[in-house]
Amino acid sequence: MATMSYIQAITDALRTQLKNDDKTLVFGEDVGKNGGVFRATDGLQAEFGEDRVFDTPLAESGIIGLSTGLALQGFRPIPEIQFFGFVFEAMDQIAGQLSRTRYRTNGTVNVPVTIRSPFGGGTHTPEMHADSLEAMVASVPGLRVVTPSNPYDAKGLLISAIKNNDPVVFLENLKLYRSMKADVPEGEYEVPLDKANVVREGTDLTIIAYSAEVNESLKVAEKLEKEGKSVEVVDLRSLAPIDFETIVKSAEKTHRVLVVQEAQRLAGVASKVVSEISERAILSLDAPIGRVSAPDTIYPFGLAEDDWLPNAEDIEAKAREILEFN
Amino acid sequence: MSEVKFVDFVAKKNDLQDQAKPLQVVNGKGEIVNQEVFDKYSDEDLVKFMKLMVWERTLHQRSNALTRQGRLGFYAPTEGQEASEMGSQLAFKPSDFMLPAYRDIPQLIQHGLPIWKAFLWSRGHVLGNDYTDENVQALSPQIIIGAQYIETAGVALGIKKNKTEDTVAFTYTGDGGTSQGDFYEGINFAGAFQVPAVFFIQNNGYAISVPRRVQTAAVTLAQKGMAAGIPYVQVDGMDFLAVYETAKAAREYAAAGNGPVLIETLTFRFGPHTNAGDDPKRYRTPEEEQPWFDNDPLIRYRKLLTDKGLWSEDIENAYVDEVKEEIKDAVKKADEAPKQKISEFLENVFEVPTPEIAEQIKAFKAKEAK
Repeated sequence: MATMSYIQAITDALRTQLKNDDKTLVFGEDVGKNGGVFRATDGLQAEFGEDRVFDTPLAESGIIGLSTGLALQGFRPIPEIQFFGFVFEAMDQIAGQLSRTRYRTNGTVNVPVTIRSPFGGGTHTPEMHADSLEAMVASVPGLRVVTPSNPYDAKGLLISAIKNNDPVVFLENLKLYRSMKADVPEGEYEVPLDKANVVREGTDLTIIAYSAEVNESLKVAEKLEKEGKSVEVVDLRSLAPIDFETIVKSAEKTHRVLVVQEAQRLAGVASKVVSEISERAILSLDAPIGRVSAPDTIYPFGLAEDDWLPNAEDIEAKAREILEFN
Repeated sequence: MSEVKFVDFVAKKNDLQDQAKPLQVVNGKGEIVNQEVFDKYSDEDLVKFMKLMVWERTLHQRSNALTRQGRLGFYAPTEGQEASEMGSQLAFKPSDFMLPAYRDIPQLIQHGLPIWKAFLWSRGHVLGNDYTDENVQALSPQIIIGAQYIETAGVALGIKKNKTEDTVAFTYTGDGGTSQGDFYEGINFAGAFQVPAVFFIQNNGYAISVPRRVQTAAVTLAQKGMAAGIPYVQVDGMDFLAVYETAKAAREYAAAGNGPVLIETLTFRFGPHTNAGDDPKRYRTPEEEQPWFDNDPLIRYRKLLTDKGLWSEDIENAYVDEVKEEIKDAVKKADEAPKQKISEFLENVFEVPTPEIAEQIKAFKAKEAK
């Protein structure tokens, strides 16, 4: 075991898989000598060489197209998109090409590509750096979308994503990069894809969240516990597919559900979670399913982030509303 | 005091008008204009080249007819581009990786794809894209214009990293495609990584109804290679020998580790953009078309070979009959392909189905069993 920040856990996962599989390649803008704009790839080029860890020209479509081509030649590419707000540049390559390759070749061609990309608010980034655009990729058949909320999951999920033979979009939360530390095992271990995680057990209310909002939700659960309210917190971890089995089981246990996301109300995956629970467990519910999400505006100007981003206060208010519903 | 010009943009613009002269071996009248290159090829070679062009023309004519009969689906006519398509493809080895666009079906077939599978692709059947049995080194035809270019840079980088000897990636786009971002990114990445790739632009004058001059003020499309710092050349795309000789040199250059090449072939599509309702009469005049029809690559090589006593109407007709038979068999084989199942589509989305997909596979299997 070692104590690692979220970003150290990511670097460690990359190092582990660069070591374990010589077909893995790490590339993107500034990921080489510079070690990434957030140091996620720090030291990797020095350790594994320029043939395995390298910089690319500044062109996102090119980076993902390069990945598809490399995958066709038997490689396991781990490209980086510097900020996920830049994904629009690469949408055809991700959603029009990479995601379809297995399908359009009758299941005969693997494209084991893991796209890493940071997103998320709270650090006063300039425009198009923090936007939550996960739903855009989560609604594309053929893609898995994963977003860890803590260092342990970050390493284990990233290793699973890299080892998976299909494309995975791996979304890293900027605010979490250095704000938390946790015990992380040395060497290779996997956190399974496609699986949610009950991070806190409870019986009165289920809060379903992902990425940074898991930690906000945990704060609320602890606070409500002091008042005798038992809150279960489910970390989705995987946004495509969503682990319905785990969320439905929790809803059937607590009978009350709140879904939390940082994305705008019209975006994110909260509405999908709500509709699935409605279809599968409506008779178990004692209250309407609630949602906490951001307002339906463009992502805010930096100075307005604190007023705009959904936080523990918003979650607490909505949780109380659902708990008190009769 | 005379005015000192720090920079003269008028002069710079005039410099741009420097005309590239497309490479040529046999001109539009069937005359040899480069004897040295011509003499490299034997009589057998010339007959082989002629046959390839006749093969493509026959494939086009049959595909056209089959589309009208409703026995093929999507079809992008190739008539007029035989020298450009066959002359370029022939320069490559079966082990080279091809990334075709939707009009490049003849090259894909010559690269190893059975005709019946090409027909299945046209109809919209997944088996048309399954290249495993024949081990065709290619990706299925690309519909998103430009995507194949950047993917080619990736395949070529993979070839380089794998240290696979004597192997290159090659790809095609049209004149309209050179306006795409992915076109530029593709050649630029390939240049930056110095990978073994050959990029073809088949400039057939039109992108659906939009003439080449609307795409760009650039005098040639080949010169776009300069922006990527890679060698480029414009070639007479109606001249088989010029295309073949150039493509061969490009392949050799790339395979030797020198980096990528961009080749523009000047050609013309005699027919519509696709058989899905496009009518060139809406945007092209007969006056404009006629010189290109006269410039038919088959006419000039037919004359040349006939003069040399290597070709005749009888030889051509007998060969066309042979090809028609081959195509007839392919249609029959395509007709025998099993009906597609949605449950199998679902199984192809991921290697390991997600729980959601697994649920849907179960549901469709039950429906299909009825």
